[in-house]
Amino acid sequence: MLKIDIDACIGCGICESTCTFGAIKVEDGHAVVGDNCTLCGSCVEVCEVEALTIERTAKEDGGDLAEWSGVWVFAEFRNGRIAPVSFELLGVGRRLADLRSAPLAAVLLGSGLDRQARELIAYGADRVYVVDEPALADFTDDAYGNVLATLAREHKPEILLAGATAIGRSFIPRVATMLATGLTADCTDLAIRSDDGVLLQTRPAFGGNIMATIECPHTRPQMATVRPLVMKPCQYDDQRQGEIVEVKLDPALLESRVKVLESVRSKDEQVNITEADILVAGGRGLESEKGFGLVRELAEVLGGAVAASRAAVDSGWIGYPHQVGQTGKTVCPKVYVACGISGAIQHLVGMQSADAIIAINRDENAPIFGVATYGIVGNLFEVLPALIDRLKEQRSGKAGN
Amino acid sequence: MKIVVCVKQVPDAKDVRLDPKTNTMAREGVQSIMNPYDRHALEAAVQLKEQFGGTVVALSMGPPQAEETLREAVACGADEAVLVSDRAFAGADTWATTYTLGRAIDKLGGVDLIICGKQAIDGDTAQVGPGLAQRLDLPYVAYAKKILGCAEGKIRLERLMDDGYDVVEMKLPGLLTVVKEINEPRVPSLKGKMKAKSMKARVLTAADLEADPASLGLQGSTTQVVRVFSPEFRAERCMLTGTVSEQVEQLLEKLESLL
Amino acid sequence: MDYFLTEEQQMIVDVARQITEEMIIPQRAELDEKEEFPAEILKAIAKADLFGLYIPEEYGGFGGGCFEMVLALEQFGRGCVGIATSFAASALGAYPILISGSDELKRKYMPVIARGEKWAAFGLTEANAGSDASGIQTTAVLDGDEWVLNGTKQWITNGGDAQIYSVIAITDRSKGPRGASMFVVEDTDPGFSYGAKEKKLGIRASSTRELIFKDCRIPKERLIGRQGTGFFTVMKTLDLSRPGIASLGVGLGQAALDEAVNYAKQRVQFGKPVISFQAVQHILADMAIQLEASRSLVYATARYINTEPKDMAKYSSMCKVMATDMAMKVSTDAVQVLAGYGYMREYPVEKMMRDAKILQIYEGTNQIQRNVIGQALNKEYSRN
Repeated sequence: MLKIDIDACIGCGICESTCTFGAIKVEDGHAVVGDNCTLCGSCVEVCEVEALTIERTAKEDGGDLAEWSGVWVFAEFRNGRIAPVSFELLGVGRRLADLRSAPLAAVLLGSGLDRQARELIAYGADRVYVVDEPALADFTDDAYGNVLATLAREHKPEILLAGATAIGRSFIPRVATMLATGLTADCTDLAIRSDDGVLLQTRPAFGGNIMATIECPHTRPQMATVRPLVMKPCQYDDQRQGEIVEVKLDPALLESRVKVLESVRSKDEQVNITEADILVAGGRGLESEKGFGLVRELAEVLGGAVAASRAAVDSGWIGYPHQVGQTGKTVCPKVYVACGISGAIQHLVGMQSADAIIAINRDENAPIFGVATYGIVGNLFEVLPALIDRLKEQRSGKAGN
Repeated sequence: MKIVVCVKQVPDAKDVRLDPKTNTMAREGVQSIMNPYDRHALEAAVQLKEQFGGTVVALSMGPPQAEETLREAVACGADEAVLVSDRAFAGADTWATTYTLGRAIDKLGGVDLIICGKQAIDGDTAQVGPGLAQRLDLPYVAYAKKILGCAEGKIRLERLMDDGYDVVEMKLPGLLTVVKEINEPRVPSLKGKMKAKSMKARVLTAADLEADPASLGLQGSTTQVVRVFSPEFRAERCMLTGTVSEQVEQLLEKLESLL
Repeated sequence: MDYFLTEEQQMIVDVARQITEEMIIPQRAELDEKEEFPAEILKAIAKADLFGLYIPEEYGGFGGGCFEMVLALEQFGRGCVGIATSFAASALGAYPILISGSDELKRKYMPVIARGEKWAAFGLTEANAGSDASGIQTTAVLDGDEWVLNGTKQWITNGGDAQIYSVIAITDRSKGPRGASMFVVEDTDPGFSYGAKEKKLGIRASSTRELIFKDCRIPKERLIGRQGTGFFTVMKTLDLSRPGIASLGVGLGQAALDEAVNYAKQRVQFGKPVISFQAVQHILADMAIQLEASRSLVYATARYINTEPKDMAKYSSMCKVMATDMAMKVSTDAVQVLAGYGYMREYPVEKMMRDAKILQIYEGTNQIQRNVIGQALNKEYSRN
């Protein structure tokens, strides 16, 4: 509870202007706290007369935290290969493990895993726990959750990371609950606090309009999910050495109350946009399915993939797997060409870490120009055909010689 | 069939901004709304009720003003409204929230299905659904995009995956989280609004839940916020100007060096 | 401005507004472009219990009156007059049955209309009978247990999409104004067909078609009220529905004003937002004055009509004239304020201007309305 010492309070209002939630106000000459208070403590820090305190019963650590060490990464295996996010997690995991002077391990679940574990070592893992079982061929929250939680309880990693994929976001919260520990989802940055070695997890909230840094001080492991293409993998080194541990578990753990009957790949999803180096994305400015065709043409001529803002997907010009943004995919291509996309924050959070962003929009005040490397203010229906024609010329010119 | 729908009152996220200088959230003109994903969850529940019979209970954990959202739920077809509210719940992260909601659902009893929205647009964690299922030791399916059928104590549905979807079957009782593709939520009807007007939500306090105080609110949270700040954006810009053909030529040059 | 609505009236506004914002506004441009009937939106309106707004509770409706309809129509009109007209025209088709129909007839048709399961339409206009309604030539002849209708109706809103039609036909030409009767024709009746959808300047989401009666046979129970009361029913129907049309004008005017002001605040020319120029401010001011004055007259009239007075005709016509002439002027001014952008289909105001025109024409042209008002004044002042 937030306690206000009315005698000490001078009604200066600094707390009111600091509060991010509008929960504390000055009334009748002193501070009054409302129902919105989230006990974040920002006001306590700024109060110059120390009139504010948050009563916290000293929280006990959940056990001896020193017993927990090592950084773990959940390696996602689906449709015959390891999802690239797993390698990216090993990239950040390596950095964190080195800072903590601890080993980095990966946990690989699935069926028919062959030599997949070797790849994880080549990308930085010191050890890989492999659970290769037919029951794990399809993803189920029960089986995957049971396995990961059991292994974590046994081996006690200090930090456990997973990709914020459909699979990760589905079962990792269950694992966190099973382990009675804290989880921060969709982290865009992970760091170690120098004075106490605690993992600092930074993530977007309010649809990306606000960033928050979070810690899990009293329980272990500290768990976090990270979106694909936010972190960078280490350099692949097939000479790297590591340990592969094959794990056999009680079959009861592998049972699931949910049965997977069928797996359907989306027709549109011949190319996974998150893996393309070049993306050409279209938005509302293209006005129609026909207009959107220009985006497809440009993508083809550049050898890239097609992406879209939510407006284009909602208008039915292209399927949801191509959607980039807060409620779609996060992409990090070398080049992102945004055509007729205004650049609302919900779209930007999905593509702003692209190496180079090119924006074409008729509105010079469109927010997209705030993140674009190169911007063209102009009419899409003039610029795009001209660009496509010149690119075709260039290509045929080269081929000719 | 007794279906519980978890709904949350949230600020309209698209309007929320942090003033980077003062680090405060501009609350002026930011409306409180029912979390958009929860509207889809509620619609799914009401459609199931219309098809198979039963009751839909709208459940919300929040301050007293969250009753408005429960009223909206009743206007859109929920039969009962339950508000879990107590100062002790303040500052709860998803761990403490799932504990609290779990106690409430235990208290309600006899629940066949729990439906949650995929995530709340303020916290954006998408953790409460799966966490709650685990607290209640129930099977769950996250990211349900289509309900195919419900028979003999099992529900069959399509769950969204990154590369398409899976068709899965879950035994009831269980929990679902839903994505927007699942349906078009209805607008509250006039009769619904009139029913909702006179409705009083059943309020459950920490004492009613026989909850362990150490598991509630800030005290019961495993994570805490260290700081809050505004996202930064790249400032460099280079606008390509001139006629269309001039702009295109300049762009081609840049593309050469990039590709 | 606060018009002191009751809590229930405010609920009607809130529900209608939510439908307008979530369904009508996002789809209006496409439905207008494709000339597509807004079936899904009408179903959502029905689900929200608004189709039965004006229908008495005993027939499954909400039991509201003219003012309640005006409130809902204003919100829908803010979204799209084409879509709103489809909803309004169903009420227009239902009113004759409510006004003059027997209890059996009401029991048969009102509940399904209230639930939005079936839509209605109103069949009056013919090629040779527009303003001069007495010139209708469709006939109805009693043959045993059936009426046989012959003739053609023109430009019927919801024609072809509705299932229930209130149609006026001559039953005894020798009786002049007392020689016509109204009937309920259903889309499945033998001898009933309809023509191709008309192509229009505006309200393109609304379906407008010819109705063709060729030895169309209907059971004699389908007669609405007593034989010969056709024109009486028509007049009473229009008195009730005209404020609804006026309300569409108010909604459209509000939407046009909103677009114009928002645009003028952001458009920068000569270094300032154009709203800082007096020329623009004066246009906006006049728009706002006429809009609010129209709204006040429409609300006052509709509230008055809710009390079922004897003299509603004059006020009904007055608010229709004022609000629809206002809508035409305000939407045209909005296009002017948006200037070049206003002329482009990408911005919603050109559609508002195209849609506004019909409001001055249907349900009695504004010239006929002025006749009605003039004659009413004449009569009023003669009594004293």
